[in-house]
Amino acid sequence: MSLSVKLVKNVPGFSLDVEWEANNEFVVLFGYSGAGKSMSLQIIAGLLKADEGYVYLNGDVLFDSKRGIDLPPQKRQLGYVFQNHTLFPHMPVWKNIAYGGKHLSKREREERIRRMIKEFHLEGLENRFPSQISGGQKRRVALATVLMREPKALLLDEPLSALDSPIKMEIMKLLREVKERFNIPIVLVTHDIFETFTLADKVVVYIGGRVAQIGAPYEVFRNPANPEVARLFCAQEIFQNIAF
Amino acid sequence: MDSSLLFSLRLSFQVAVIATLFLLPVGIFVAYILAMKSFKGKDVVDTFLTLPLVLPPTVTGYYLVVILGRNGLLGKPLYEATGISIMFTWYAAVFASFFVALPIMIKTTKAAFESVDKNIINASYTLGHSEWETALKVVIPLAGKGIVAATVLAFARALGEFGATLMFAGNIPGRTNTMPLAIYTAMTSGEYTKAHIMAGMFTLISGVCLYLANKLGRGSLR
Repeated sequence: MSLSVKLVKNVPGFSLDVEWEANNEFVVLFGYSGAGKSMSLQIIAGLLKADEGYVYLNGDVLFDSKRGIDLPPQKRQLGYVFQNHTLFPHMPVWKNIAYGGKHLSKREREERIRRMIKEFHLEGLENRFPSQISGGQKRRVALATVLMREPKALLLDEPLSALDSPIKMEIMKLLREVKERFNIPIVLVTHDIFETFTLADKVVVYIGGRVAQIGAPYEVFRNPANPEVARLFCAQEIFQNIAF
Repeated sequence: MDSSLLFSLRLSFQVAVIATLFLLPVGIFVAYILAMKSFKGKDVVDTFLTLPLVLPPTVTGYYLVVILGRNGLLGKPLYEATGISIMFTWYAAVFASFFVALPIMIKTTKAAFESVDKNIINASYTLGHSEWETALKVVIPLAGKGIVAATVLAFARALGEFGATLMFAGNIPGRTNTMPLAIYTAMTSGEYTKAHIMAGMFTLISGVCLYLANKLGRGSLR
Protein backbone atom coordinates (compact mmCIF):
# COMPACT_ATOMS: atom_id res chain seq x y z
CA MET A 1 0.00 0.00 0.00
CA SER A 2 1.39 3.38 -0.90
CA LEU A 3 0.32 6.85 -1.78
CA SER A 4 2.62 8.94 -3.90
CA VAL A 5 1.88 12.46 -4.93
CA LYS A 6 3.24 15.36 -6.87
CA LEU A 7 1.09 18.44 -6.57
CA VAL A 8 1.52 21.74 -8.32
CA LYS A 9 -1.04 24.44 -7.92
CA ASN A 10 -0.91 28.20 -8.29
CA VAL A 11 -3.51 30.44 -6.74
CA PRO A 12 -3.26 34.22 -6.34
CA GLY A 13 -0.58 34.90 -3.73
CA PHE A 14 0.42 31.28 -3.18
CA SER A 15 2.06 28.48 -5.07
CA LEU A 16 2.20 24.84 -4.06
CA ASP A 17 4.81 22.51 -5.49
CA VAL A 18 5.36 19.35 -3.45
CA GLU A 19 6.28 15.74 -3.98
CA TRP A 20 6.27 12.98 -1.37
CA GLU A 21 5.28 9.41 -0.70
CA ALA A 22 3.45 7.63 2.08
CA ASN A 23 3.91 3.88 2.39
CA ASN A 24 2.15 1.84 5.01
CA GLU A 25 3.13 4.39 7.59
CA PHE A 26 2.00 7.35 9.59
CA VAL A 27 3.04 10.45 7.69
CA VAL A 28 2.69 13.87 9.27
CA LEU A 29 2.58 16.97 7.09
CA PHE A 30 4.11 19.51 9.44
CA GLY A 31 4.42 23.25 8.99
CA TYR A 32 2.96 26.64 9.78
CA SER A 33 -0.63 27.45 8.87
CA GLY A 34 -0.87 28.51 5.26
CA ALA A 35 2.03 26.34 4.09
CA GLY A 36 -0.23 24.32 1.78
CA LYS A 37 -0.81 21.25 3.96
CA SER A 38 -4.62 21.27 3.91
CA MET A 39 -4.57 22.25 0.26
CA SER A 40 -2.50 19.13 -0.44
CA LEU A 41 -5.10 16.92 1.24
CA GLN A 42 -7.90 18.56 -0.72
CA ILE A 43 -6.11 17.96 -4.00
CA ILE A 44 -5.38 14.33 -3.07
CA ALA A 45 -9.08 13.83 -2.24
CA GLY A 46 -10.17 15.38 -5.53
CA LEU A 47 -11.89 18.37 -3.96
CA LEU A 48 -9.44 20.78 -5.56
CA LYS A 49 -7.78 20.34 -8.91
CA ALA A 50 -4.02 20.64 -9.23
CA ASP A 51 -2.55 22.44 -12.22
CA GLU A 52 0.00 19.69 -12.64
CA GLY A 53 1.15 16.51 -11.00
CA TYR A 54 -0.18 13.12 -10.03
CA VAL A 55 -1.80 11.16 -7.22
CA TYR A 56 -1.12 7.42 -7.26
CA LEU A 57 -2.63 5.06 -4.72
CA ASN A 58 -1.39 1.45 -4.74
CA GLY A 59 -0.61 1.79 -8.43
CA ASP A 60 -4.06 3.18 -9.27
CA VAL A 61 -4.07 6.56 -10.91
CA LEU A 62 -6.39 8.96 -9.09
CA PHE A 63 -5.04 12.02 -10.83
CA ASP A 64 -2.48 12.55 -13.54
CA SER A 65 -2.36 15.84 -15.37
CA LYS A 66 -0.23 14.42 -18.20
CA ARG A 67 -2.63 11.56 -18.90
CA GLY A 68 -5.71 13.71 -18.34
CA ILE A 69 -6.99 11.47 -15.53
CA ASP A 70 -8.91 13.10 -12.69
CA LEU A 71 -11.23 10.83 -10.70
CA PRO A 72 -14.05 12.56 -8.80
CA PRO A 73 -13.84 12.43 -4.97
CA GLN A 74 -16.60 9.78 -4.92
CA LYS A 75 -14.35 7.31 -6.79
CA ARG A 76 -11.11 7.82 -4.87
CA GLN A 77 -11.93 5.66 -1.85
CA LEU A 78 -10.03 7.78 0.61
CA GLY A 79 -11.04 8.46 4.19
CA TYR A 80 -10.95 12.19 4.78
CA VAL A 81 -11.52 13.61 8.25
CA PHE A 82 -11.99 17.34 7.85
CA GLN A 83 -10.80 20.12 10.08
CA ASN A 84 -13.38 20.80 12.80
CA HIS A 85 -14.44 17.13 12.82
CA THR A 86 -17.22 17.44 10.28
CA LEU A 87 -20.10 15.23 11.34
CA PHE A 88 -23.51 15.47 9.74
CA PRO A 89 -25.33 17.52 12.37
CA HIS A 90 -28.80 16.34 11.36
CA MET A 91 -28.03 12.64 11.73
CA PRO A 92 -27.65 10.68 14.96
CA VAL A 93 -24.34 8.91 15.60
CA TRP A 94 -25.35 5.58 14.05
CA LYS A 95 -26.63 7.28 10.91
CA ASN A 96 -23.43 9.28 10.58
CA ILE A 97 -21.48 6.04 10.66
CA ALA A 98 -23.92 4.33 8.29
CA TYR A 99 -23.45 7.19 5.82
CA GLY A 100 -19.91 5.97 5.20
CA GLY A 101 -21.10 2.50 4.21
CA LYS A 102 -22.94 3.29 1.03
CA HIS A 103 -21.08 0.62 -0.93
CA LEU A 104 -22.09 -2.20 1.44
CA SER A 105 -25.20 -4.37 1.34
CA LYS A 106 -27.76 -3.65 4.03
CA ARG A 107 -26.73 -6.62 6.11
CA GLU A 108 -23.00 -5.96 5.80
CA ARG A 109 -23.59 -2.36 6.65
CA GLU A 110 -25.51 -3.14 9.82
CA GLU A 111 -22.91 -5.66 10.87
CA ARG A 112 -20.10 -3.18 10.28
CA ILE A 113 -21.90 -0.34 12.09
CA ARG A 114 -22.23 -2.59 15.12
CA ARG A 115 -18.53 -3.41 14.97
CA MET A 116 -17.50 0.22 14.55
CA ILE A 117 -19.66 1.33 17.46
CA LYS A 118 -18.01 -1.29 19.63
CA GLU A 119 -14.45 -0.71 18.47
CA PHE A 120 -14.69 3.05 18.84
CA HIS A 121 -16.39 2.81 22.24
CA LEU A 122 -19.57 4.53 21.14
CA GLU A 123 -22.03 2.17 22.82
CA GLY A 124 -24.99 4.03 24.25
CA LEU A 125 -24.42 7.06 22.03
CA GLU A 126 -25.98 5.57 18.88
CA ASN A 127 -29.05 7.77 18.96
CA ARG A 128 -27.39 10.98 20.15
CA PHE A 129 -26.90 13.86 17.76
CA PRO A 130 -23.43 15.36 17.20
CA SER A 131 -24.35 18.40 19.31
CA GLN A 132 -25.04 16.06 22.23
CA ILE A 133 -21.64 14.35 22.40
CA SER A 134 -18.18 15.52 23.50
CA GLY A 135 -15.28 16.62 21.30
CA GLY A 136 -13.43 13.34 21.77
CA GLN A 137 -16.55 11.34 20.96
CA LYS A 138 -17.04 13.40 17.80
CA ARG A 139 -13.52 12.55 16.66
CA ARG A 140 -14.23 8.88 17.24
CA VAL A 141 -17.49 9.04 15.26
CA ALA A 142 -15.68 10.85 12.42
CA LEU A 143 -13.04 8.11 12.30
CA ALA A 144 -15.62 5.32 12.44
CA THR A 145 -17.53 6.99 9.59
CA VAL A 146 -14.59 7.24 7.22
CA LEU A 147 -13.41 3.72 8.10
CA MET A 148 -16.87 2.36 7.20
CA ARG A 149 -15.91 3.20 3.66
CA GLU A 150 -12.95 0.80 3.82
CA PRO A 151 -10.59 3.49 2.57
CA LYS A 152 -7.23 2.70 1.01
CA ALA A 153 -5.63 5.64 2.80
CA LEU A 154 -6.61 8.07 5.53
CA LEU A 155 -6.30 11.84 5.30
CA LEU A 156 -6.65 13.66 8.61
CA ASP A 157 -6.75 17.45 8.69
CA GLU A 158 -5.80 18.63 12.19
CA PRO A 159 -7.93 15.97 13.88
CA LEU A 160 -6.59 16.86 17.32
CA SER A 161 -7.02 20.61 17.36
CA ALA A 162 -9.11 22.12 20.13
CA LEU A 163 -9.07 19.01 22.31
CA ASP A 164 -8.14 18.97 25.98
CA SER A 165 -4.87 17.20 26.72
CA PRO A 166 -6.22 13.93 28.17
CA ILE A 167 -8.66 13.55 25.28
CA LYS A 168 -5.90 14.42 22.84
CA MET A 169 -3.76 11.62 24.25
CA GLU A 170 -6.68 9.23 24.01
CA ILE A 171 -7.34 10.08 20.36
CA MET A 172 -3.61 9.85 19.53
CA LYS A 173 -3.54 6.38 21.01
CA LEU A 174 -6.63 5.52 18.99
CA LEU A 175 -4.99 6.80 15.80
CA ARG A 176 -1.98 4.55 16.39
CA GLU A 177 -4.35 1.64 16.93
CA VAL A 178 -6.17 2.46 13.70
CA LYS A 179 -2.79 2.46 11.95
CA GLU A 180 -1.92 -0.98 13.33
CA ARG A 181 -5.32 -2.49 12.65
CA PHE A 182 -6.20 -1.14 9.23
CA ASN A 183 -2.68 -1.10 7.90
CA ILE A 184 -3.09 1.70 5.39
CA PRO A 185 -1.15 4.92 4.79
CA ILE A 186 -2.27 7.66 7.15
CA VAL A 187 -1.50 11.28 6.34
CA LEU A 188 -2.07 13.75 9.15
CA VAL A 189 -1.82 17.52 8.88
CA THR A 190 -0.72 19.48 11.92
CA HIS A 191 1.32 22.45 13.09
CA ASP A 192 1.84 20.87 16.51
CA ILE A 193 5.34 19.58 17.23
CA PHE A 194 4.14 17.33 20.03
CA GLU A 195 1.65 15.52 17.76
CA THR A 196 4.37 15.20 15.15
CA PHE A 197 6.80 13.51 17.52
CA THR A 198 4.16 11.29 19.05
CA LEU A 199 2.54 10.06 15.86
CA ALA A 200 4.84 10.33 12.88
CA ASP A 201 6.82 7.51 11.34
CA LYS A 202 7.81 10.08 8.78
CA VAL A 203 7.44 13.83 8.76
CA VAL A 204 7.13 15.95 5.64
CA VAL A 205 8.10 19.50 6.53
CA TYR A 206 6.14 22.12 4.59
CA ILE A 207 7.48 25.65 4.28
CA GLY A 208 5.75 28.15 2.02
CA GLY A 209 4.22 25.61 -0.34
CA ARG A 210 7.43 23.57 -0.73
CA VAL A 211 8.76 20.45 0.96
CA ALA A 212 11.74 21.55 3.04
CA GLN A 213 12.69 18.13 4.41
CA ILE A 214 11.44 14.57 4.71
CA GLY A 215 12.51 12.08 7.35
CA ALA A 216 11.83 10.47 10.68
CA PRO A 217 10.99 13.15 13.27
CA TYR A 218 14.19 12.70 15.28
CA GLU A 219 16.31 12.68 12.15
CA VAL A 220 14.85 16.01 11.09
CA PHE A 221 15.14 17.26 14.63
CA ARG A 222 18.83 16.38 14.85
CA ASN A 223 19.80 17.32 11.32
CA PRO A 224 17.52 20.06 10.07
CA ALA A 225 18.12 20.74 6.39
CA ASN A 226 18.19 24.50 6.84
CA PRO A 227 17.70 27.21 9.48
CA GLU A 228 13.99 27.50 8.71
CA VAL A 229 13.38 23.84 9.47
CA ALA A 230 15.49 24.24 12.60
CA ARG A 231 13.27 27.14 13.65
CA LEU A 232 10.15 25.08 13.03
CA PHE A 233 11.60 22.40 15.26
CA CYS A 234 12.73 24.98 17.82
CA ALA A 235 10.72 23.11 20.37
CA GLN A 236 14.28 21.87 20.97
CA GLU A 237 14.53 24.10 23.99
CA ILE A 238 11.25 22.83 25.35
CA PHE A 239 12.42 19.25 24.97
CA GLN A 240 15.70 20.02 26.68
CA ASN A 241 13.86 21.71 29.50
CA ILE A 242 11.85 18.63 30.22
CA ALA A 243 15.14 16.72 30.58
CA PHE A 244 15.38 14.77 27.40
CA MET B 1 -70.36 36.48 5.68
CA ASP B 2 -70.79 37.95 2.22
CA SER B 3 -70.51 35.25 -0.44
CA SER B 4 -68.38 37.41 -2.73
CA LEU B 5 -66.02 37.98 0.16
CA LEU B 6 -65.81 34.25 0.75
CA PHE B 7 -65.18 33.70 -2.93
CA SER B 8 -62.26 36.17 -2.91
CA LEU B 9 -60.81 34.62 0.20
CA ARG B 10 -61.04 31.12 -1.23
CA LEU B 11 -59.65 32.21 -4.62
CA SER B 12 -56.71 34.00 -2.97
CA PHE B 13 -55.76 30.86 -1.08
CA GLN B 14 -56.26 28.66 -4.13
CA VAL B 15 -54.00 30.89 -6.21
CA ALA B 16 -51.35 31.27 -3.50
CA VAL B 17 -51.26 27.55 -2.65
CA ILE B 18 -50.89 26.49 -6.28
CA ALA B 19 -48.30 29.18 -6.97
CA THR B 20 -46.37 27.98 -3.90
CA LEU B 21 -46.50 24.37 -5.10
CA PHE B 22 -44.69 25.51 -8.23
CA LEU B 23 -42.41 27.89 -6.33
CA LEU B 24 -41.04 25.11 -4.14
CA PRO B 25 -39.35 22.92 -6.78
CA VAL B 26 -38.43 25.80 -9.09
CA GLY B 27 -37.14 27.96 -6.23
CA ILE B 28 -35.10 25.15 -4.66
CA PHE B 29 -33.61 24.12 -8.01
CA VAL B 30 -32.67 27.63 -9.11
CA ALA B 31 -31.39 28.60 -5.65
CA TYR B 32 -29.23 25.46 -5.53
CA ILE B 33 -27.67 26.22 -8.92
CA LEU B 34 -27.04 29.86 -7.96
CA ALA B 35 -25.60 28.92 -4.57
CA MET B 36 -23.42 25.97 -5.57
CA LYS B 37 -22.36 26.44 -9.17
CA SER B 38 -20.22 29.00 -10.85
CA PHE B 39 -20.89 29.65 -14.50
CA LYS B 40 -20.65 32.47 -16.98
CA GLY B 41 -23.47 34.97 -16.76
CA LYS B 42 -24.49 33.85 -13.27
CA ASP B 43 -24.81 37.44 -12.06
CA VAL B 44 -27.00 38.31 -15.04
CA VAL B 45 -29.31 35.36 -14.33
CA ASP B 46 -29.41 36.29 -10.66
CA THR B 47 -30.25 39.91 -11.47
CA PHE B 48 -32.92 38.93 -13.98
CA LEU B 49 -34.63 36.58 -11.51
CA THR B 50 -34.50 39.22 -8.78
CA LEU B 51 -36.00 41.97 -10.94
CA PRO B 52 -39.65 41.34 -9.97
CA LEU B 53 -38.62 42.17 -6.39
CA VAL B 54 -37.81 45.77 -7.30
CA LEU B 55 -40.00 46.35 -10.36
CA PRO B 56 -43.49 47.70 -9.78
CA PRO B 57 -45.73 44.62 -9.96
CA THR B 58 -47.63 46.37 -12.76
CA VAL B 59 -44.46 46.16 -14.87
CA THR B 60 -44.10 42.44 -14.12
CA GLY B 61 -47.78 42.14 -15.09
CA TYR B 62 -47.12 44.11 -18.24
CA TYR B 63 -44.41 41.65 -19.30
CA LEU B 64 -46.71 38.74 -18.55
CA VAL B 65 -49.31 40.29 -20.87
CA VAL B 66 -46.70 40.89 -23.56
CA ILE B 67 -45.40 37.34 -23.34
CA LEU B 68 -48.43 35.24 -22.38
CA GLY B 69 -51.36 37.44 -23.46
CA ARG B 70 -53.59 36.26 -26.30
CA ASN B 71 -51.45 38.24 -28.74
CA GLY B 72 -48.26 37.67 -26.78
CA LEU B 73 -44.98 36.13 -27.85
CA LEU B 74 -45.89 32.74 -26.42
CA GLY B 75 -49.57 33.36 -25.80
CA LYS B 76 -50.44 33.75 -29.47
CA PRO B 77 -49.00 30.44 -30.71
CA LEU B 78 -50.54 28.76 -27.65
CA TYR B 79 -53.96 30.22 -28.44
CA GLU B 80 -53.70 29.34 -32.13
CA ALA B 81 -52.62 25.79 -31.40
CA THR B 82 -54.99 24.95 -28.57
CA GLY B 83 -57.55 27.72 -28.24
CA ILE B 84 -56.43 28.28 -24.68
CA SER B 85 -55.79 31.76 -23.40
CA ILE B 86 -54.40 32.21 -19.95
CA MET B 87 -55.09 35.92 -19.59
CA PHE B 88 -58.15 36.92 -17.54
CA THR B 89 -58.43 33.51 -15.90
CA TRP B 90 -57.47 32.52 -12.38
CA TYR B 91 -54.53 30.65 -13.88
CA ALA B 92 -53.21 34.06 -14.87
CA ALA B 93 -53.38 35.05 -11.19
CA VAL B 94 -51.26 31.98 -10.40
CA PHE B 95 -48.65 33.05 -12.98
CA ALA B 96 -48.62 36.60 -11.60
CA SER B 97 -48.22 35.39 -8.00
CA PHE B 98 -45.55 32.92 -9.04
CA PHE B 99 -43.30 35.45 -10.75
CA VAL B 100 -43.71 38.13 -8.12
CA ALA B 101 -42.97 35.71 -5.27
CA LEU B 102 -40.15 33.84 -7.07
CA PRO B 103 -37.34 36.26 -6.10
CA ILE B 104 -38.23 35.96 -2.41
CA MET B 105 -38.24 32.18 -2.65
CA ILE B 106 -34.91 32.10 -4.50
CA LYS B 107 -33.10 34.70 -2.40
CA THR B 108 -34.05 33.21 0.96
CA THR B 109 -33.43 29.62 -0.14
CA LYS B 110 -30.10 30.55 -1.72
CA ALA B 111 -28.96 32.16 1.53
CA ALA B 112 -29.94 28.97 3.37
CA PHE B 113 -27.92 26.81 0.93
CA GLU B 114 -24.92 29.10 1.21
CA SER B 115 -24.93 28.77 4.98
CA VAL B 116 -24.35 25.00 4.77
CA ASP B 117 -20.71 24.25 5.71
CA LYS B 118 -18.80 23.42 2.52
CA ASN B 119 -16.73 20.85 4.43
CA ILE B 120 -19.87 18.89 5.27
CA ILE B 121 -20.77 18.74 1.60
CA ASN B 122 -17.22 17.69 0.70
CA ALA B 123 -17.29 15.05 3.44
CA SER B 124 -20.37 13.56 1.79
CA TYR B 125 -18.60 13.47 -1.60
CA THR B 126 -15.51 11.77 -0.20
CA LEU B 127 -17.77 9.17 1.43
CA GLY B 128 -18.89 8.20 -2.07
CA HIS B 129 -22.18 10.07 -2.33
CA SER B 130 -23.02 11.78 -5.63
CA GLU B 131 -23.92 15.44 -5.83
CA TRP B 132 -27.60 14.54 -6.24
CA GLU B 133 -27.60 12.29 -3.17
CA THR B 134 -25.68 14.90 -1.20
CA ALA B 135 -28.18 17.59 -2.18
CA LEU B 136 -31.09 15.41 -1.05
CA LYS B 137 -29.59 13.92 2.10
CA VAL B 138 -27.34 16.70 3.36
CA VAL B 139 -27.76 20.11 1.74
CA ILE B 140 -31.56 20.34 1.62
CA PRO B 141 -32.09 18.90 5.14
CA LEU B 142 -29.48 21.27 6.60
CA ALA B 143 -31.04 24.21 4.78
CA GLY B 144 -34.49 22.93 5.74
CA LYS B 145 -35.45 25.69 8.14
CA GLY B 146 -34.42 28.35 5.67
CA ILE B 147 -36.39 26.65 2.92
CA VAL B 148 -39.51 26.47 5.09
CA ALA B 149 -39.12 30.14 6.00
CA ALA B 150 -38.65 31.00 2.32
CA THR B 151 -41.77 29.06 1.41
CA VAL B 152 -43.90 30.77 4.03
CA LEU B 153 -42.65 34.20 2.97
CA ALA B 154 -43.19 33.43 -0.71
CA PHE B 155 -46.69 32.14 0.10
CA ALA B 156 -47.50 35.36 1.95
CA ARG B 157 -46.23 37.41 -0.99
CA ALA B 158 -48.23 35.30 -3.46
CA LEU B 159 -51.34 35.72 -1.33
CA GLY B 160 -50.97 39.49 -1.31
CA GLU B 161 -50.25 39.89 -5.02
CA PHE B 162 -52.11 42.84 -6.51
CA GLY B 163 -50.44 44.75 -9.37
CA ALA B 164 -49.36 41.96 -11.68
CA THR B 165 -52.63 40.12 -11.04
CA LEU B 166 -54.65 43.19 -11.96
CA MET B 167 -52.71 43.59 -15.22
CA PHE B 168 -52.70 39.96 -16.27
CA ALA B 169 -55.75 38.33 -14.69
CA GLY B 170 -57.95 41.38 -14.43
CA ASN B 171 -60.36 42.26 -11.67
CA ILE B 172 -63.35 40.19 -12.76
CA PRO B 173 -65.89 39.70 -9.94
CA GLY B 174 -66.53 36.04 -9.27
CA ARG B 175 -63.63 34.99 -11.51
CA THR B 176 -60.32 36.64 -10.86
CA ASN B 177 -60.90 39.07 -8.02
CA THR B 178 -58.58 37.80 -5.35
CA MET B 179 -58.80 39.41 -1.95
CA PRO B 180 -56.34 42.27 -2.56
CA LEU B 181 -58.33 43.17 -5.67
CA ALA B 182 -61.64 42.82 -3.84
CA ILE B 183 -60.39 45.18 -1.13
CA TYR B 184 -59.52 47.75 -3.78
CA THR B 185 -62.93 47.38 -5.42
CA ALA B 186 -64.77 47.60 -2.10
CA MET B 187 -62.84 50.75 -1.19
CA THR B 188 -63.44 52.52 -4.52
CA SER B 189 -67.13 51.64 -4.54
CA GLY B 190 -67.67 52.86 -0.99
CA GLU B 191 -68.29 49.47 0.67
CA TYR B 192 -66.17 50.41 3.63
CA THR B 193 -67.39 47.72 6.04
CA LYS B 194 -66.46 45.01 3.59
CA ALA B 195 -63.07 46.64 2.99
CA HIS B 196 -62.48 46.89 6.74
CA ILE B 197 -63.26 43.23 7.33
CA MET B 198 -61.09 42.04 4.45
CA ALA B 199 -58.19 44.31 5.32
CA GLY B 200 -58.36 43.10 8.91
CA MET B 201 -58.41 39.46 7.83
CA PHE B 202 -55.51 40.03 5.51
CA THR B 203 -53.41 41.73 8.12
CA LEU B 204 -54.02 38.83 10.47
CA ILE B 205 -53.13 36.17 7.87
CA SER B 206 -49.98 38.00 6.72
CA GLY B 207 -48.96 38.63 10.31
CA VAL B 208 -49.25 34.93 11.13
CA CYS B 209 -47.18 34.07 8.04
CA LEU B 210 -44.41 36.48 8.99
CA TYR B 211 -44.40 35.25 12.56
CA LEU B 212 -44.13 31.65 11.33
CA ALA B 213 -41.37 32.51 8.86
CA ASN B 214 -39.35 34.17 11.60
CA LYS B 215 -39.90 31.37 14.04
CA LEU B 216 -39.21 28.57 11.57
CA GLY B 217 -36.17 30.24 10.05
CA ARG B 218 -34.49 30.79 13.38
CA GLY B 219 -32.59 28.43 15.60
CA SER B 220 -29.88 26.08 14.52
CA LEU B 221 -30.34 22.45 13.72
CA ARG B 222 -28.98 20.28 16.42
